[in-house]
Amino acid sequence: MTAVANPIPAAAPTAHIKPPAGKLLRNVRTIRMIWFRELIRLRRMPTRIISSIAQPIIFLLVMGAGIGSLVGDKGAGGVSYQVYIFPGILAMSIITSSLFSAMSIVWDREFGFLREMLVAPVSRGSLVLGKAIGGGSVSVAQGLLLIVFAPLVGVHLTVPRVLGLIIALLLLAFALSSLGIVISSRIQRMESFQMVMALVMQPMIFLSGAVFPLTSLPTWLAVLTRLNPATYGVDLCRRILIPQAAPLTLFGNPVPMWADAAIILFLGAAMLGLGIRLFANAE
Amino acid sequence: MDHLTCEDAEVTNPEPSTSNPAPKAANNAAQSDPAIVVENLVRTFDDFTAVDGVSFQVEAGELFGFLGPNGAGKTTTISILCTLLGLSGGSARVAGYDVTTQRDDVRRNIGLVFQEITLDDYLTAAENLRFHGILYGIAPSEVKARMDPLLEMVGLSDRADQQVRFFSGGMKRRLEIARGLLHMPRVLFLDEPTIGLDPQTRIHIWDYVDELRARENVTMFLTTHYMDEAERCDRIGIIDQGKIVAIDTPAALKASVGADIITLITADDPAARAELEAGLGIDVEETPDGLVIRVVDGEAFVPRIFSTLKVGVRSINVRRPSLDDVFLKYTGRALRDADSSGGLAANPMVRAFRR
Repeated sequence: MTAVANPIPAAAPTAHIKPPAGKLLRNVRTIRMIWFRELIRLRRMPTRIISSIAQPIIFLLVMGAGIGSLVGDKGAGGVSYQVYIFPGILAMSIITSSLFSAMSIVWDREFGFLREMLVAPVSRGSLVLGKAIGGGSVSVAQGLLLIVFAPLVGVHLTVPRVLGLIIALLLLAFALSSLGIVISSRIQRMESFQMVMALVMQPMIFLSGAVFPLTSLPTWLAVLTRLNPATYGVDLCRRILIPQAAPLTLFGNPVPMWADAAIILFLGAAMLGLGIRLFANAE
Repeated sequence: MDHLTCEDAEVTNPEPSTSNPAPKAANNAAQSDPAIVVENLVRTFDDFTAVDGVSFQVEAGELFGFLGPNGAGKTTTISILCTLLGLSGGSARVAGYDVTTQRDDVRRNIGLVFQEITLDDYLTAAENLRFHGILYGIAPSEVKARMDPLLEMVGLSDRADQQVRFFSGGMKRRLEIARGLLHMPRVLFLDEPTIGLDPQTRIHIWDYVDELRARENVTMFLTTHYMDEAERCDRIGIIDQGKIVAIDTPAALKASVGADIITLITADDPAARAELEAGLGIDVEETPDGLVIRVVDGEAFVPRIFSTLKVGVRSINVRRPSLDDVFLKYTGRALRDADSSGGLAANPMVRAFRR
């Protein structure tokens, strides 16, 4: 009744209708928006970038040089120890930042923004998928910053190698962001999140082959490393950058690179599905 | 079932008539269906019953207020109506849709302004609104056309591209109100929208609410524990310990308390009381604040008091009943006393979200 003189476009009662966008389009836009939101937030919190790459750099330079002087070129497939661990360090930075990317969910819960999303008429699936893609791409972006150190430690880079590496890191980041989401779905407070993450992260890094070869390990340790999703990501990265590196073996057989990728993708999809279910039942 | 019987008691409560029509509702014949229908709503948390058989209706275009102390069940009820929380019993329909079986339809048609800020601090005001538009399926091109007038209404046009973390509490709340309206909801839920804000900002926000109601046919559901805010509602439901104890227009509720209230301080209260009761045949109450007399036309009654009394009068005060008196009458406590007994920790919603 006041529609004509009204500068606000919501005047007429008939304006309250279904939104013009279809369900699929709405969910696709939501995924994209959540993804962009992670990137915008990263840009506005630059200290996060520094702290996320500081630890891998210390590992690479200090541990690489220190332990490298101990082991020499033996047992590292004929390359220097720093070259050997470089792909592992890349994967390690992905593990850290992907798992921590899920902290934004806990953050959103504490600061209320999660409720804005949960009360919206979009599927839980697109909220979770958007978070996984967003968290994954942020951590890949951070991981790629480390590539500038490759020539410094003597890793030879080519365009196909970098492209292959990006795909490998994306897969790993997606899988581990999904794992982070699963963990965050049941955690309400920031402090507990950090504690749980520390418990998950340390073993995941040390049991992944990032810093030592997984050949000739005691059986119980070998079994644990094969159960670790990060192991396949480390193997994939290493074989992309160091073609002569010994492949990971599973039940005594070398794992082809495509199988590494497939295993990560499968685990990631399973985690994502679980994450969606947990969020659907959560609130 | 317990709540059924208590519900019957409420409906048959003779004093505030529940059939009192909402003034705004008659304005729009096209939306004559009630905006909110709640029947026998129950919500329990473990062994604690937060909402205990609540029933009410809110007409389209009405400003309906929920008044009660913290922990009375206000936020729990609003969370159920917003589909954020499941119900343990009864039913609720918002904008014509069932809150349990038609969640997405309910969500599309409601806007929310929560007690806590739910903005992203690291996004700008415009980005927060754009994000909201996408969540509600508004075409990106259309978001801007809707966003600008809303930002202007809440006085934030020049802040659109500033990050929200630099905003004051009042600015954040205003942005939340703008955001809650962006997708043209039929029902706007305001859960303590002015809590923790300074008086000036509260006045501003109420100006916006009034302006909105003049411009748009939005139904508003408000929870508050400020009496002056409750006064502005078309109708108020008073909720205490999970039950609605009274529901009507503010005027009718105050009328149900009855008469005007005369407070009298004399040199000798017991003697004055005896004189008044004998001389005028009225009931006089002795309270720590003085003698209290309830009569229909207080001002006209004052001369009769003076002509009857021989004891000296120190002061006399006549006032109309306030919503405080209404609250006192229906709950047996002053709102302030009731409030202090249940802090934030006692609020079941807080517990539910932190669980």
